Amino acid sequence: MAYPATYKYTKEHEWIEVDGTTGTIGITDYAQSSLGDIVFVELPKVGDKLTAHETFGSVESVKAVSDLYSPVAGSVTEINSALNDAPETINTDANGTWLVKVTLANPADLDSLLDSAAYTKYVEEETGH
Amino acid sequence: MADSPPAAAMLKTPLHSLHVELGAKMVPFAGYDMPVSYPAGIMAEHRQCREAAALFDVSHMGQVRLVGSDAAAALETLVPVDVVGLGVDKQRYALFTNDAGGILDDLMVTRRADHLFLVVNAGCKVADIAHLRATIASRCRVEPMPDHALLALQGPAAAAVVGRLAPVLSQLTFMTGAEARIAGIDCFATRSGYTGEDGFEIYIPSDEATSARVWQEIFAAGEEFGILPCGLGARNTLRLESAMALYGHEISDTINVFEANLGRYCKLDKESDFVGKSALQTIQNAGGPKRKLVGLEIVERGIARDGYPVTTLDGTVIGEVTSGSPSVTLKKNVALAYVPVEYTSLDTEVAVTIRNQPVKAKVVPTPFYKRAKK
Repeated sequence: MAYPATYKYTKEHEWIEVDGTTGTIGITDYAQSSLGDIVFVELPKVGDKLTAHETFGSVESVKAVSDLYSPVAGSVTEINSALNDAPETINTDANGTWLVKVTLANPADLDSLLDSAAYTKYVEEETGH
Repeated sequence: MADSPPAAAMLKTPLHSLHVELGAKMVPFAGYDMPVSYPAGIMAEHRQCREAAALFDVSHMGQVRLVGSDAAAALETLVPVDVVGLGVDKQRYALFTNDAGGILDDLMVTRRADHLFLVVNAGCKVADIAHLRATIASRCRVEPMPDHALLALQGPAAAAVVGRLAPVLSQLTFMTGAEARIAGIDCFATRSGYTGEDGFEIYIPSDEATSARVWQEIFAAGEEFGILPCGLGARNTLRLESAMALYGHEISDTINVFEANLGRYCKLDKESDFVGKSALQTIQNAGGPKRKLVGLEIVERGIARDGYPVTTLDGTVIGEVTSGSPSVTLKKNVALAYVPVEYTSLDTEVAVTIRNQPVKAKVVPTPFYKRAKK
C-alpha cells in the first residue's frame, strides 16, 4: 500500500493534496482495497459547500455503500465526472484518481489531518495491514 | 458495521484455513466465518462462474438424512411438493411451510436408495432439524450430517472439470445425483446449483484434511479451464441475476408461497395434507395473493439495495426491495421487490428510494439472466 508523502489523510481514509488554496481529494489505496470493485460514485455538485469531517458523497462497491468524509471545509470547484462511467479507476489507481477539487475555506483544517507516516501507522494498528 | 461475534467464537467450515490461506476476505454469515470474496474480487469471480468455472465452499449449509420406509410420506406432510413420487437419485426443490402458508425454509430433497437427503439453509438448519423432529420423528429417523462438507462447482466448464475426476458425474442430467470417488473419497454429487449455470454440488463426508484434498483435486482439474475460488459475494450476485430466492429476503415465514412466485411448487391437488395447505387453498380461492415478488431494473442512475423502499412515481410507499445489487453480467442495476399486484405488469414504472432520493425503476421479466441453451 502506498500513501504519498505530499498528501494528508483522514481516519476515514480520504486523502487531500493541497496547492495554495486548492485541495484535491480522493480515497486511499487501503480504502479501495477494503471496498473491492467500485461500481458507483456519488459526488456533490460544483458550488456545494463542504464541512470538515462531514459526508459529501459516497462510493459503492458491489456489496456496500461507503460514505465519503471531507478532510476540509471548502467549496467544490470541480468534480471528476469521468467516474460516472469508469468508477473502477479508483481501484486501479487510488492515489492518482481524484474525486473533487475544493477551494479551502480554512487552511488550518489541514493541521488536524494525518501525514503519510501517521496514516500508515493508523492503518496498521486498525487493521493489521 | 453491525456487531458480530469475534472470529474465534464463529463456526468454521472444514475449509476455513484454506480460505484464509488463499487471501479471502472473511465475513460472518449464519454464525460462520465465511469467505465473501478472494483476491480476484466479486466481479471477476462472478464473470468466471458465467464464463468458465467457479468453486464455492458452502459447507455451512445443513445436510440431513431422513431414514425409514415412511420418510417420503412423512416429509410430504411438511412441504407443498410431491416427495413420494420422486425417483431414486432425483432431486427436487421444496419449501418447509407453516400454517399460514408462509415459508420456514427452502431446501433441496434428493431420493436415495434407502433414505431422503435434504440440504437446508445454514441460518435455518437448527430450526429445520427441530421442526423435523417435532413433526415426523415418529415416522422416520432424522439424522443431521454435521460432519459433511459441501462444495459447489459451477459454470459452463463444470461438466468438463468433473469429467476429469469422475466421468459418471458429467453424464448426469440436471437435478439428478450419483456417487463418485474424488481424491480417493466416496462422495455424493448432484447436478444442481444456485448460480443459474450448469454445475454440481458435491457432498463430502469430511474433516479438514479430506475436504481440502477434494477441493485441491477439483481445483487442479479445473486449472486449464481457469477455475477460480468464489465467495458468498459472487454467490449472491449470481443467484440474484437468476432471480433465485434467498431466505430472509424473498422468502420468510411471513411471506406465502404464492407471493414469492413459487406457486409452481405448490401442489394443492396432491393427496396428502401438508402444513399450510388450507391457508394456501384459501389464498388461491380468493384469486391469489395481494402482493407479489417482481424483478426491477433501475432505470436512472443508482443501485437499489436490500430494504430500500419502493414507491409510486409520486412518492407513495408501496413495497420494499428484498435483494438488490449491480448485475455484473448485464451491466445494469437490478432488484427483486414486493409490490401490490396492481404494480406487477411488465414495464410498470415505480421508484426506489435511494438515500432519500427517488430513482426510477421498471418491472422487468425474471430471471434477469438465463444461460444460453446449448
